[in-house]
Amino acid sequence: MAINAKTLNETEFFYGHKACAGCGGSLAVRIALKVLGENAVAVLPAGCMSAVGFNFPQLCFGNNAIISTFAGTASMLTGVEAGLRAQGITDFHAVGFAGDGGTAICYDNEAYMNTGIQKSSLTPFGARTTTTPAGKNIRGNLRPKKNLFEIVAAHGIPYAATASVGYLNDFMRKVEKAKNIRGTKYIHVLAPCPTGWGVKTDETVEIAKEVVDCGLWYLAEYENGEFTLNRRPKEFSDVSAYLRRQSRFKHLTDEDIEIITRSRDEKWEFINQNFK
Amino acid sequence: MAKKFLSGNEAFAYGVRLARPQVISAYPITPQTIVVEKLSEFVEDGSLNAEFIHVESEHSALSCAMGASSVGARAFTATSSQGLLYMAECLPYAAGGRFPIVMMNANRSTALPWNIYGDQRDSISQLDSGWIQAYACNAQEALDLALMSFYIAEHKDVSTPFMANLDGFVLTHTYEVVDVPTAEQADAFLPKYQTDNKMDLQKPRNLAFSAGPDTNTYFKYREHLGILNAYKIIDEAEERFAKIFGRRYTGLTESYRTEDADYILITLGSLSGLVREVVDELRKEGSRVGLLRLRYLRPFPNEEIAATVKNAKAVAVLEKDISFGNEGTVYTNVNSALQKAKLRIPSSDYIGGLGGRNISKEEIKIIFDELEQQQSTVKFLGIGGETNGN
Repeated sequence: MAINAKTLNETEFFYGHKACAGCGGSLAVRIALKVLGENAVAVLPAGCMSAVGFNFPQLCFGNNAIISTFAGTASMLTGVEAGLRAQGITDFHAVGFAGDGGTAICYDNEAYMNTGIQKSSLTPFGARTTTTPAGKNIRGNLRPKKNLFEIVAAHGIPYAATASVGYLNDFMRKVEKAKNIRGTKYIHVLAPCPTGWGVKTDETVEIAKEVVDCGLWYLAEYENGEFTLNRRPKEFSDVSAYLRRQSRFKHLTDEDIEIITRSRDEKWEFINQNFK
Repeated sequence: MAKKFLSGNEAFAYGVRLARPQVISAYPITPQTIVVEKLSEFVEDGSLNAEFIHVESEHSALSCAMGASSVGARAFTATSSQGLLYMAECLPYAAGGRFPIVMMNANRSTALPWNIYGDQRDSISQLDSGWIQAYACNAQEALDLALMSFYIAEHKDVSTPFMANLDGFVLTHTYEVVDVPTAEQADAFLPKYQTDNKMDLQKPRNLAFSAGPDTNTYFKYREHLGILNAYKIIDEAEERFAKIFGRRYTGLTESYRTEDADYILITLGSLSGLVREVVDELRKEGSRVGLLRLRYLRPFPNEEIAATVKNAKAVAVLEKDISFGNEGTVYTNVNSALQKAKLRIPSSDYIGGLGGRNISKEEIKIIFDELEQQQSTVKFLGIGGETNGN
């Protein structure tokens, strides 16, 4: 039975936490845990989801969950898997929410939001953060967003995918698929942060759709050494409309937007040539 | 029991095999490599049924061991020097999480300057990380410590990770005849690891959480109590060990000819073998000298030190460690023990063996000579370097 909003597990595994209103990351975690079910063992590094979900005595995961060190998600996840396997336990799903290892889900909010909106390797070109201020001399982040999906796929793992909380059915389907594949799986889900992006708290899902519709993000999978595109917008929606509605991009000039549009087109040329 | 000719590293690996860890995660570093090579051979030949995880760094090695321990598996890792420092973030993490991981550390100098030989600045720099710290003096003790460390660390009253230290090269690479117990004996000694401090599919838990200013002190206090409880559990383990294996250890310290000694040298690790010889020679000449070996630095043997040296005229600490800008850390700890016991005994500190520098019998004799002057000084052994604090 295909997983969708109707067939989704009604049990909640992530609730009572103190994430910001409209948090895309908590939506991704909540939905992924519903798909993975009660035998999920989650490893989360120090970051937003651990900061909002693990405050003793208010512990917010209904399944087994643990915070790892900041750089230790994959290694701790490996230890959890090995430790359970060594005890003959096999009916579990080890999942990391960040980085890479088991099933790893990277909720991408495009900056270090937990510490107050600093530039990360996933911050897109042009975005204003507290460490890439937009001033007269430098207009926000000068580096392009790192292509984590294809970097991870280059390791030849059995399954990697991109997703967006704006297209939840697609995300749920990918988590379900990853759950049933053996080995290391990676899902990179774009999860807007209203606080960091400067949009209204009820616009999270809408803007997570729009970023896909305007072509600045894409829904794809990597399997058996091949890339597949899951959604091809017939015509891209307006990039400048997507950018201008977020305060982190408010300072961008027409030339900046031209640069962003050009790099989008180059990316899609690559996708058209290399993705099924 | 079978006799084998083993290096310290190999002896420790045999001890670990007898403890049947379920997960081993490790990254190679000189002079620790042989212990993980040996263990991977044991896994390959089927004599050890463990998951051997080849991680990409020492930080990952301990992070992985914590993951295994967090689901109730017995976990082991090993490192040295730069590797220990690289995993430093994970050390208090494992202690605070009360994950009773056992780690062997091959004591080695730390860069800069680069140096692969033995001193104890690596482990002593991590004394405050919440781990039990033991120092072996020979290969037999290394093997026995490997087995006992799991018993002590995993005891429900302790639940604290355990760092077993072996002097790099001098102990890790030196061969001795070692009694290797049988698996039956080891199984009779070491119970299976059982804990409630784990993620359990039947009873889901959230572990390694945040605790704010109002609750944090309680967690840290309990962590402190856990490592203090090791005092009595070390005795319990050694008692049990003596019954099964017929070898008896002496708790947090080991004293040699100290009963009537006027001058006592305090040291740790494999160096104590040489000091023991010097004590015998000086005793023949009529000097009333003795040796106190610290087997554990955490928990710290405050009472044992005070009880042993209370009638001495002066004591000296000989250590392969320096806390720059102050003095050797073992010396600081020993002085604290003396002060708490209201003992006013002159004490001196000798910093020696840094970067593997040889310590000679003659130098140890000079220390005993200087003890008779009953001064309190801090000296760098063998280079004439003297400091008097500030």
